[in-house]
Amino acid sequence: MTTPNLAPVEESTTPDARPQKEKMVLIAASGDLDKAWPVLILATTGAAYGMDVTVFFTFWGLAILKRPDAGISGDDWRQKLLSVFNRGAPTNLGLSKLNFAGLGPKMMRDLADKHRVASVQELLELAQQMGVKLWPCQMTMDLMGLSREDLIDGLADPAGAGAAIAEMKQASISLFV
Amino acid sequence: MADTVVDARGLQCPMPIIKLSQAITAVAPGQTVELISTDKGSCTDVPAWAADMGHPLKEQFEMDGEFHFVIERA
Repeated sequence: MTTPNLAPVEESTTPDARPQKEKMVLIAASGDLDKAWPVLILATTGAAYGMDVTVFFTFWGLAILKRPDAGISGDDWRQKLLSVFNRGAPTNLGLSKLNFAGLGPKMMRDLADKHRVASVQELLELAQQMGVKLWPCQMTMDLMGLSREDLIDGLADPAGAGAAIAEMKQASISLFV
Repeated sequence: MADTVVDARGLQCPMPIIKLSQAITAVAPGQTVELISTDKGSCTDVPAWAADMGHPLKEQFEMDGEFHFVIERA
């Protein structure tokens, strides 16, 4: 049995009181755990402020978007080597200082768990749920030999500096991390 | 008594604000959300967020080391 759908579809109400959404753009250029964390904390908080948030991932920042099982990528031996030593994925990010061959980030993650600080992985998923646009940089993907399949699902199409500048020109907050 | 209670006890920045923003969008204008947080940062973050979003902060108090905020959806 079909139900006649005569009533017009109700427009969803805007989540905040503002007529136009403000924009926030973050450039995530670092693959360090201590940079990925604040990027995603600011991105999710910006979304909580009802802002239209875009995070542009370039250079080492692309590591944040890599799949944990991306494996060896690229055609060139240098790209392959890079993918081995820069495994990426939120669970493999190191610290910019006191890394101690991975012991530092392990301790930092344990501390974060103990103090119930949301992990980079959780914040990344939350950002996606909140409608934050995650943009990988096309040029650095090519440079590092990363294909779309090496990165997680749900990303915006890879873009370049031109698109990033266009977004930043309209944004009230733009940060390079 | 608030229409919705958000228990963010034990959670750290930015989760209290994230959970509050999600709860506010789920209630109708005029309804209230009470946030309970143990994150000291909430004492500055919640009033700043509410003021910027235009949602009136009806009440703010500390009880047994927990911070309570009652916000009305604009």
